[in-house]
Amino acid sequence: MIIAVASGKGGTGKTTVAVNLALSNSNTQLSDCDVEEPNAHIFIKPKIKNKELISIPVPEVDKSKCDGCGRCQEVCAYNAIAVVNKKVLIFPELCHGCGSCGYFCPQHAIKEINKEIGSVEIGKRDNLLFVHGKLNIGEAMSPPLIKAVKKHVNPARVNIIDAPPGTSCPVITSIEGSDFCLLVTEPTPFGLNDLILAVEVLRKLDIPFGVVINRSDLGDKKTDDYCSQENIPVLMRIPFKREIASAYSKGISIVEAFPEYKKDFQELLDNISKMAKQNNRR
Amino acid sequence: MKVCVTSEGNNLDSKVDPRFGRCQYFIIADIDTLAFEAVQNPNIDSMGGAGIQSGQLIAGKQVKAVLTGNMGPNAFQTLQAANITVVTGISGSVKEAVEKYKNGDFKATQGPSVDSKFGMPPQK
Repeated sequence: MIIAVASGKGGTGKTTVAVNLALSNSNTQLSDCDVEEPNAHIFIKPKIKNKELISIPVPEVDKSKCDGCGRCQEVCAYNAIAVVNKKVLIFPELCHGCGSCGYFCPQHAIKEINKEIGSVEIGKRDNLLFVHGKLNIGEAMSPPLIKAVKKHVNPARVNIIDAPPGTSCPVITSIEGSDFCLLVTEPTPFGLNDLILAVEVLRKLDIPFGVVINRSDLGDKKTDDYCSQENIPVLMRIPFKREIASAYSKGISIVEAFPEYKKDFQELLDNISKMAKQNNRR
Repeated sequence: MKVCVTSEGNNLDSKVDPRFGRCQYFIIADIDTLAFEAVQNPNIDSMGGAGIQSGQLIAGKQVKAVLTGNMGPNAFQTLQAANITVVTGISGSVKEAVEKYKNGDFKATQGPSVDSKFGMPPQK
């Protein structure tokens, strides 16, 4: 089973929920797909055993073969190539590595070279398997690295995926293929605004989902009203407590600081399993 | 000799558009006769790389200089490869900009004036 934890708005508690879910079950694998700012390892403190370097192919022009025809620039869907005065300029940070420029080059003057964009680290803590991606600073293209992290998803386990914030390509790449998605939100206008956007994404992707309201005793009732109007199950509420925030600031998960919460996260996991199974039978 | 001025409208009285890659129009004007061509910018809604594409478009227009408000690094690099002088920090009307350029009031800008994505429309 694969459970993605996403949010829309950043800072609502995705990592908190993902980490605590992972620590409340004996057979889990946690994959931190927020490769621009992975932070689940701060709470899990895994022993990293393997590291893989991840590259994407970017074009390189053989100037002795290139006649400056501009075909590569015409076919590049990402505006990563300009041809001026018969000189080819390549902007690798815009390149998605699709290979069209090399495929269409009439002079066969383009070859692909590998450009490292980041790394995947694999480790464990006790029985918990842990994987995360680290995007190199300055890189803009995270989906290829997220896919590399997800290659390690282990079907024999309960997989928890900690997704990045937002609703764009990195989020879609992280959550697609999941059996269930938990949307972590907070009862504030920003939280609700971005929750609504995330719900639209999940409905498009046809992934069953439910909501966790973090800092649930702050803000207003509008998030609850929205969820009941839209028939979205609110599966958990985490109160705003100074002690939780204080443990968090020291890199300690809720279930380690307050073991009484463990049964709540186990119950959350059970509910998710049931809902995911119901959906699969549909 | 021709220069390109980024413009909010399609004539010489229009205001200079402060963006390069996503400006409304490029006014390609002859600095002596003030004869001009207004080119609507096809890259306004580009997902990314608008500066590069606009740079490439202008590189094909045989202009000596680009006069604009701001320019990012990718557009700057593209125009540099085409040996086109860039002047940033321009405001006022297109006509004023062309005349000041003719009088030699402007100095070429040595590097990009803003980061990538400067001219992106605000997110909804």
